[in-house]
Amino acid sequence: MGTEMWFADEHTPNVKLNIRVKKQLFSDHSDIQRVDVFDSEDLGKFISLDGNIVFSERDEFIYDEMVVHVPMAVHQHAKKVLVIGGGDGGVAKELCRYDEIETIDVVEEDEMFVEVSKRFFPDTAEGLEDKRVNLYIQDGLKFIRGKVGDYDLIINDSTDPFGPTEGLFTREFYGSCYKALNKTGILVYQHGSPFYDVDRDECCKMHQKVYSIFPISRVYQAHIPTCSSGYWLFGFASKKYHPVKDLDADAWDERKIHTKYYTTNVHKGSFMLPKYVEDMLRRVEKGKEG
Amino acid sequence: MNKARQERAPLYEALEAFRKKRIVPFDVPGHKRGRGNPQLVELLGEKCVGIDVNSMKPLDDLCHPSSVIREAEELAAEAFGAAHSFFMVGGTTSAVQSMILSCSMEDEKVIVPRNVHKSVINSLILNGAIPIYVNPEVEPKLGISLGMEPKKLLQAVEDNPDAVAVIVNNPTYYGICSDLKSIVDIAHSHGMKVLVDEAHGTHFSFSDKLPLSAMQAGADMAAVSMHKSGGSLTQSSLLLLNADMNVDYVRQIINLTQTTSSSYLLTSSLDITRRNLALNGEAQFEKVINMAKYAREEINDIGDYYAYGTELINGTSVFDFDVTKLAIYTRDLGLAGIEVYDILRDEYDIQVELGDISNMLAYLSIGDRLQDIERLVGALDDIRRLYKRDPSGMLSAEYLPPKVSVSPRQAFYSDKESLPLKESAGKICTEFVMCYPPGIPILAPGELITRDIIEYIEYAKEKGCSVQGTEDFAVNYINVLTR
Repeated sequence: MGTEMWFADEHTPNVKLNIRVKKQLFSDHSDIQRVDVFDSEDLGKFISLDGNIVFSERDEFIYDEMVVHVPMAVHQHAKKVLVIGGGDGGVAKELCRYDEIETIDVVEEDEMFVEVSKRFFPDTAEGLEDKRVNLYIQDGLKFIRGKVGDYDLIINDSTDPFGPTEGLFTREFYGSCYKALNKTGILVYQHGSPFYDVDRDECCKMHQKVYSIFPISRVYQAHIPTCSSGYWLFGFASKKYHPVKDLDADAWDERKIHTKYYTTNVHKGSFMLPKYVEDMLRRVEKGKEG
Repeated sequence: MNKARQERAPLYEALEAFRKKRIVPFDVPGHKRGRGNPQLVELLGEKCVGIDVNSMKPLDDLCHPSSVIREAEELAAEAFGAAHSFFMVGGTTSAVQSMILSCSMEDEKVIVPRNVHKSVINSLILNGAIPIYVNPEVEPKLGISLGMEPKKLLQAVEDNPDAVAVIVNNPTYYGICSDLKSIVDIAHSHGMKVLVDEAHGTHFSFSDKLPLSAMQAGADMAAVSMHKSGGSLTQSSLLLLNADMNVDYVRQIINLTQTTSSSYLLTSSLDITRRNLALNGEAQFEKVINMAKYAREEINDIGDYYAYGTELINGTSVFDFDVTKLAIYTRDLGLAGIEVYDILRDEYDIQVELGDISNMLAYLSIGDRLQDIERLVGALDDIRRLYKRDPSGMLSAEYLPPKVSVSPRQAFYSDKESLPLKESAGKICTEFVMCYPPGIPILAPGELITRDIIEYIEYAKEKGCSVQGTEDFAVNYINVLTR
C-alpha cells in the first residue's frame, strides 16, 4: 500500500495509458528536452521525452523492424542510408543486418538521448557501434538541406510532430528528403496514429504534404502498444518503387534474416488498411483534407 | 541604469497585490473578472480577465499618473536613457502622433523623409503642419528606401529655416539606419526638434552591438514599439522624451486622443517587459544577433536569395544597419517578395512579417528558436527547388518620388471627386494609397498621381500585396481634387 508509482502517457487530453513503474532510473534536461528512463513490470525499461514515451524494451522491435525491412525488401540494392532521429540506435542496428549497405548516417539532435540510450539500452544502442554508422549530432532539417541525390533510403525516425522535432514533419523537410534521395530513393517516416481526432488531423496533413511531393506515396500500419491508441502508421514515399508491387518476397526470404514482427506476409498485409483509414487518406488525396 | 531599481515592476506588483485583496467590483468593466462572460474566460484565461480592471486609486490612472504608473514610467525612462517616458496604449501610431502634435502646429513646417509610416502623415492631416519632404536615396538593386542623409537634411534646413522639427524613421523596417547624431546636431543648431520614429528599434537601447538609439543620439522624442522587438503585448508602446521637452504639455497632447479606459493588460505588459529588457535584454539580443547572423549565412548559401546586412553600410544613406532585421531580396529567384511571403504561409505554415515587390522580411526577436530558423531556411531552400523561374520582366522600383502639390490637410479636406484609378494620372489625390505592411504611402494626400505610380499600384495588387488606404475598399477608384 502506498508504494505504487504510475507513469501516465497522455494519448489525448482525455485518454491516458498508465504504466506501473518499478523505479525511475534517470531524469535530466538537455538543451532540447526532458529525458526520463523508467523500469516497469510489463514493458521493461522505457524512455520518455518531455513526458511522452518514445519506446520500451518490450515493443521497440516492432517499430525498428517495420521501418527498416519494408523498404529494404522493396529496394534490394540500398547502399547509402540516412536515419533522421534514431539516436537510440535501434534502426541502425536493424539496418546493419544488410551486407550491401555501405554507409548509415544517423542524425540525432540531442546528444543526451544518445548517451542515455547507450547507458540504459545497450542492446539497442549497439547499432551505433557498427563501423558503417556515422553519428551526427545536429538538427535534421539542417543536415539534409544541402544534400542532393545522396541517398537510397531515408528513414525519419522522429515520432512527434509537436515539440522539438516538429521541423521534421514539415513540407520543407519532406521536400529536402526528395532532393536528398537519388532517382530510385525511398523515404520511410513516422505517420502517427489515425485513431484519435487530435492525431488524425496531423496524420492527414502529413499525407497531404508527402503525397504532393513524391510520385508514389503509400501508408502502412503496425500494432505498437506504447503508441497512441496502440495503432500506428508509417509512410512509404518513393520515386520509383511501389511498396507492394515491387516487393521481391522470395529474395528477402532467401536472406534468412531473423525477425520477431516482420515477415513478407506482414509486409503485404500492412498496406491493407482499415476502411476508415483508407477513406481518410483518399479524402486527402482528392484535396479534401480530413 | 540602476539594475537593483530595475528589478522592480511597480504596476505589476500593484496588480498582484490587488488580485490578492479579492475586491468586490461594483465598477467597470462589466464582465466582473470574467464571471459575466464565461466564454471570454475560456478564451483568455482567468489570470488575464482578472487583471482587466478599471483605473482606481491603488492602480493609478494612465491619464494622470501619480503613483504606480508614474513609477513604472520613470523606470522605463531610466532603462531607455530618457528623461521621461509615457506608456502608450494606442500603438506606436499614438506615440508618433503625440510627438508631432507636441512639436508642430497649423502651417508650421516639419522636415520629413517621404518613406515614413502613414501615422506621420496622418498627424499632419490632424494638425495642418506642412511637410517638407526629404527624398531618400533608393538602393537600386533592392528597391528599398535608405536613410536620411545629413547633407540633404542640411539643404532642407537651410531652405526652410522656419521649420520647427525634423522627423526621422530609424531604423527602417528593413534595418537601414541614418546618422542620427549628425541629424540631431544639424537640427538643434537650427533650433529644430528631432522626433524619431523608432518603432523598429526598441532593442537598440539594450546592446552596444546594435546601432545608436534615438535617446543615445540626443533626439528630443522617440516613439518606441515595445510590442515589436521588445516583447510586450500588441498595441502597447512607449513615448520617450529628453530633458528639453515640456512633459506636462506632452501629456495634455496625449490626452487629446488617448482613451480614458486604458487596458491594464497593456500597461502591465509594458512594465514587466521593461524589467525583462533592463535585466536580461543584453543577453537576449546577443542571442538574436547570433541567430540572425546564422540565418543570413545559411540563406545566402542557398543561392538566388540575398539576405543583406552590414555590407550595405556606406557612411551616408546607410550609416548603420540593424542586423536583427532579416530582410531577403528574392527577385533573382524570379519571385516577388510578396510571392515568397504567400508561399511560405500557404505551403509551409510559416508567417513572415512582410513581402514587397522585391524583398521579404522575417522579423527576429527574443522569442525565436534555432529550430524555427532551420524551418525558415529549409522552406526557402525548398521554394527555390520548386518555384524558381526566369526573373526578367519583373518590376523593381519601390520608391517613387512624390510630387507634392498641396499640404496633406488641405488635400484631405478639400472638395473631391472619385475617379477610376486607371484614369487618374495628372490629378492630385486626396487620400492615401499604400501596401500594408509596411504602411509607407505610395501616394499621400496632396500628391500628384503619375502613370508610373498607377502602374506600380496595379502591379503590387496583381502580385498579391494588400493595397489599402482609399475610400474605395478595392482601390479601383481614387479621390482626387476637383479643380
